[in-house]
Amino acid sequence: MHELAIAESIIKTVLDEAERRNLGPVKKIAVRVGALTDVVPDALRFGFEAASADTELEGTKLEIKTIPVVGKCRNCGKGFNVEEHIFICPVCESFDIEMTTGGELDIEYIEADDRSI
Amino acid sequence: MAAKIKIEKKILSENDKIAAAIRERLHQNNIVSLNFVSSPGSGKTSLLEKTIGYLGKDIKIGLIAGDVQTENDANRLKAAGGEIVRPVVTGGACHLDARMISKALENLDLEKIQMLFIENVGNLVCPSSYDLGEDMKVVLMSVTEGDDKPLKYPAMFRRSSVMIINKLDLLPHCDFNMETARQNALKINGKFKIFEMSCRTGDGLDEWYSWVKNPKI
Ligand SMILES: Nc1nc2c(ncn2[C@@H]2O[C@H](COP(=O)(O)OP(=O)(O)OP(=O)(O)O)[C@@H](O)[C@H]2O)c(=O)[nH]1
Ligand SMILES: [Mg+2]
Ligand SMILES: [Zn+2]
Repeated sequence: MHELAIAESIIKTVLDEAERRNLGPVKKIAVRVGALTDVVPDALRFGFEAASADTELEGTKLEIKTIPVVGKCRNCGKGFNVEEHIFICPVCESFDIEMTTGGELDIEYIEADDRSI
Repeated sequence: MAAKIKIEKKILSENDKIAAAIRERLHQNNIVSLNFVSSPGSGKTSLLEKTIGYLGKDIKIGLIAGDVQTENDANRLKAAGGEIVRPVVTGGACHLDARMISKALENLDLEKIQMLFIENVGNLVCPSSYDLGEDMKVVLMSVTEGDDKPLKYPAMFRRSSVMIINKLDLLPHCDFNMETARQNALKINGKFKIFEMSCRTGDGLDEWYSWVKNPKI
């Protein structure tokens, strides 16, 4: 269950940011999770609920956006959606594929009262 | 009123920062580092025992053995001739993270080693997100686990540079198709360097030894 550890990292990062920016209570956290990360959204949500209990983020909404895996052929430059983890160029059949999205584990934004405004 | 505040930060940015610092320190000391990952029991410790037995005379190797509860693997590596072995007991955590490695390196003299081998916790899921500052991940699977392993754990296989198929001696007892396993792995990671071996019989180990002395992809 590394989702618990991931959730703890989210909580720490958000609390640090909220303090640094002098924000009020955080209402929502939006994260991006790539489809090729082995992070299961439901497990992450569960981990977040468990790890945020009794912290300032208890009850904060966690929005998880799943990002599909997109590849780019290093041989011919073609960009394509990677289906079923098959990293093979649909045009030239090259196996030399760069992964452009799908590995994300990012905090995109939060919603909170901005006391500085 | 609640405002939307852009953060745009990696969730594991703290781990990544520590990993980057480790990588820089290792490179400053010209140390090549490999992070060995697999399911429980595929043969990580067995391969490291063989490898230090063979290379240990010529190359000074530092070893970090990650385990959930015991120091068994660290003790096995010492018994196999490992001179500089650091156990990391995660106490339940299913993966090593960069902070644990950083701590293990605190009392390890980097001027004395040329290579660093890290045995991760036996798990093909959780370690994939955690950069440890290594040069490459080496993923092991054994023929008893089925030839569809790469498809089931694509994140780990995509992030690894080398794949080892171990326990070749058991091939006659398994319905494991070598060609299928290779194809499945190459679909996910077309640049895989693949080795087949048996740590039991020693089959295929020579090829591994000659590569691992100077690992390049
Ligand atoms: N038949 C056979 N057995 C092997 C081979 N390599 C390892 N084993 C056995 O498989 C078992 C597990 O090997 P380990 O090297 O401990 O595996 P590991 O990946 O380090 O396991 P964990 O650290 O628990 O994840 C041991 O009993 C080994 O002796 C092999 O090539 N053939
Ligand atoms: Mg082991
Ligand atoms: Zn192409």
